[in-house]
Amino acid sequence: MPEAKGPHISIKGETLFDLFGFHVTNSFLATIIVTGLFALIAFYYSNESKKTKKGPFYYVLNSFISMLYNLYYPVLQTNTPMFFSLLGAFFFFILLNNWFGLIPGVGSVLVKLVEHGKVETAPILRGGTADLNTTLALAIISVLVTQYFGFSFLGFKSHIKKYLDFSNPVNLFVGVLEFILEFARIISFSFRLFGNIFAGEVLLSVVIFLLPTLFSFFTFPMFGLELFVGFVQALVFTMLTAVFLDMAIHKAH
Amino acid sequence: MDVEAAKVIGAAVAIGIGAVGPGIAIGFIGSKAVEALGRNPEAEGSIRTTMILAAAFAESVAIFALVIALILKFT
Repeated sequence: MPEAKGPHISIKGETLFDLFGFHVTNSFLATIIVTGLFALIAFYYSNESKKTKKGPFYYVLNSFISMLYNLYYPVLQTNTPMFFSLLGAFFFFILLNNWFGLIPGVGSVLVKLVEHGKVETAPILRGGTADLNTTLALAIISVLVTQYFGFSFLGFKSHIKKYLDFSNPVNLFVGVLEFILEFARIISFSFRLFGNIFAGEVLLSVVIFLLPTLFSFFTFPMFGLELFVGFVQALVFTMLTAVFLDMAIHKAH
Repeated sequence: MDVEAAKVIGAAVAIGIGAVGPGIAIGFIGSKAVEALGRNPEAEGSIRTTMILAAAFAESVAIFALVIALILKFT
């Protein structure tokens, strides 16, 4: 008797093929597509902004971007213009990656792979942020940028003093805790984003198997929920980066 | 008890206990947001944004537990 087949769920992205010894995974392929899309939208926006008669899509983008700007302004105050390019890039990259994973067909179109002599199937595309490698890279960039701006705004001595303060024992202990927190931040940043998006994809693929075929339209509200979660997680990631940037560029009290 | 059974029980316990804390937290966040709304109805927009952000942070704790449960279940 053939075994009942459940949904295809894999924690890590599967390697599709090797390119000069570099493993090209399905999530990497999706991220490349999203990056191309991101670049197209950016070129369109910059082209349209120079014209006198602008297209309607420009105004949609513009209102969205100004809404984002107003969200970061209470956190970063007068430094917002300086950091907005970084935070906006983070936001749109994460948002497009999250939503790309929800397009029907992404994650459900399978290809046959030969792995260790066995024939296995794997999805040809997988949402970029549903892979821990992507979110870990984003988290490391976020923390390194925070450190860089801490050094450049406060100077070497003043910034190091946050982690190594010999004025009294309590401050020394707090400094050590702050140092550990920097690494905990990388983990919490990456696992929050990965967990939310990966759990969403698992939810969407499991719900179909829980219900009879006739009731599969019940998955539709789930898509709405996942769209919302993707937006909120992109916002949370950038908002936290903004808060930590603001903490880094001001002197410790 | 064999390894498979222990894995399934471990996954269930991880997400089961891990969901308790965030559940309480989100309840508090919602109740306090409604209280703030009652006190100052003009600030609805900023209260909603702050509430959703805080709820997402509380939720992420549950997501950590869920990731552990999924790793136990599917590896």
